[in-house]
Amino acid sequence: MSAPLLRVEHLGMHFGGLKAVDDVDLDVPEGEITAVIGPNGAGKSTFFNVVSGFCTPTTGRVALNGVDVTGLAPHRIARLGVARTFQTTKLFPEAEVLDNVIIGRRQHTKSNVLDAILRTKRLRTEAAECRERARQALEFAGVLHLEALPVGSIPQEARKRVAIALALVAEPQLLLLDEPAAGINEEETSGLTALIRKVVESGIAVCLVEHKMRMVMDLSDRIVVLNQGKKIAEGTPEEIRGDPTVIDAYLGGSSHA
Amino acid sequence: MRLPPARGVALSLLLLTAILFPLLVDNPYLVSVVITAYVTAIAVYGLDVMLGYTGELSLAQGGFFGIGGYSAGILMATYEVSFWIALPAAVVMTAALGYVIGLAALRTRGDYFAIFTLAVGVMIVIIIERWEGVTGGTDGLIGIPPPSSIGPLRFDSLTAQYYLVLFFLVLTIYVVWSLVNSLVGRTFVAVRNSEELARAVGIDAGKTHQLSFVISAALAGLGGALYAVFLGYIGPAMGGVQMTFMMLVYLMIGGVASLAGPLVGTLLVTGLMQFLQAFAEYQMMALGPILVVVIIFFPKGLAGLAKLLPERWRR
Repeated sequence: MSAPLLRVEHLGMHFGGLKAVDDVDLDVPEGEITAVIGPNGAGKSTFFNVVSGFCTPTTGRVALNGVDVTGLAPHRIARLGVARTFQTTKLFPEAEVLDNVIIGRRQHTKSNVLDAILRTKRLRTEAAECRERARQALEFAGVLHLEALPVGSIPQEARKRVAIALALVAEPQLLLLDEPAAGINEEETSGLTALIRKVVESGIAVCLVEHKMRMVMDLSDRIVVLNQGKKIAEGTPEEIRGDPTVIDAYLGGSSHA
Repeated sequence: MRLPPARGVALSLLLLTAILFPLLVDNPYLVSVVITAYVTAIAVYGLDVMLGYTGELSLAQGGFFGIGGYSAGILMATYEVSFWIALPAAVVMTAALGYVIGLAALRTRGDYFAIFTLAVGVMIVIIIERWEGVTGGTDGLIGIPPPSSIGPLRFDSLTAQYYLVLFFLVLTIYVVWSLVNSLVGRTFVAVRNSEELARAVGIDAGKTHQLSFVISAALAGLGGALYAVFLGYIGPAMGGVQMTFMMLVYLMIGGVASLAGPLVGTLLVTGLMQFLQAFAEYQMMALGPILVVVIIFFPKGLAGLAKLLPERWRR
């Protein structure tokens, strides 16, 4: 069997005495949605930061398609096909939607300062290509009609879609979504759920951190549960729903989120 | 990237005014003031590449201006190298030094970067002052000759020097314009807006900062070299911290991250300072309140105001 798209082994991220992530193993296979859930402070965001290269883990390794990428800089990991979104939707608010997304394609271009000053054919071709790809990504995310508006002026849900378009324009193999549905209502959440499903159907594996349990249960092929940095359970949505350890640690008895 | 027709016409008119200026104005003093403003503006464009588009304030800009000036000045006055070799050499030297300083300075960001580069700027002046054998110390360096002629083109008259400097200013504006409106400029702005997001989409933020800093230093070097050659004399003050802060004032008043800003600010403030020259050291007192007003009411400077007004009228 070939190596999974993403394999995380014995991953640990310690901040002084605090073990934000403690000896976590996790595989994200191609073409699937893997959700990482857990109560606040369980280490989910830290886990994402380590996988995307923003933190260098204290222990363990991260491998993409069997290649060790532990400790590589974020832009190197991004160029190996890992795209991510941020919990607080990070975008460039003053810039237009299309301009925001174009920059996501930069990693595939080679134009340098000389190309810019001499306005070479390469620069023009690449710029046009970035534009076209960005428009395709916006169309895929269902927000092409907003392309000319400043990001600061569009609704929250649209911004989340633009953030996903920005991640997709690089044509990643793996998309890490950090709480994509935070701060939007039920109806918008189901729209976003449909978009994420469409992303996976297009052949991109998704790893998702989310609090909205309905979304997680609807979408996920597999769920990994973290609590206080440790993996306490892993399985299909059905298995997780019935797991007493999980209910105890996270769902907390009768309080269904 | 094509200009809208109205802007094209406006730019042509502006360029025409700049070309006709020394022919229409029969005042050598005024012409030399404008030349000084032009060469300083070149360095201010460099400051804007780093501050306006990449989002880091470099307070070593005056220092780089001095290095450009001293490089060209020493080559020409001491070693009798031709201007046409000394000028590119000065630019390359300043850029190379910018690269080396950037390696250390760009380990910091924000306020720390500003303070670090301020210290670099101070060190550059101290070196210029103490390295007397080469730089002439506090006495400065005299006898920098005007550019040698190329065929029939002679550069010993004021008008000819005006056109020479204007050429390099237009070249600078073109370079900055084409950078800003390219994928390279987009990369700068992405790093300015959110370094974290830029890195997440595969941009090497460190390399981007380094590139911007080198371009910024190179433009300071170009401006400084032209300044030295035009004046024929340089002193350590040209590389001083006060020079840096004047450039920053020009940029703030003209407008950060706008193509017209550096030139507008430099011309306007230089003109104002000439006007207030009778008040000697008190002229700085007028500048303070103006700067405060501009920053509070027009945070994007006068160029930003020019963009804002038509929008208000349309409403």
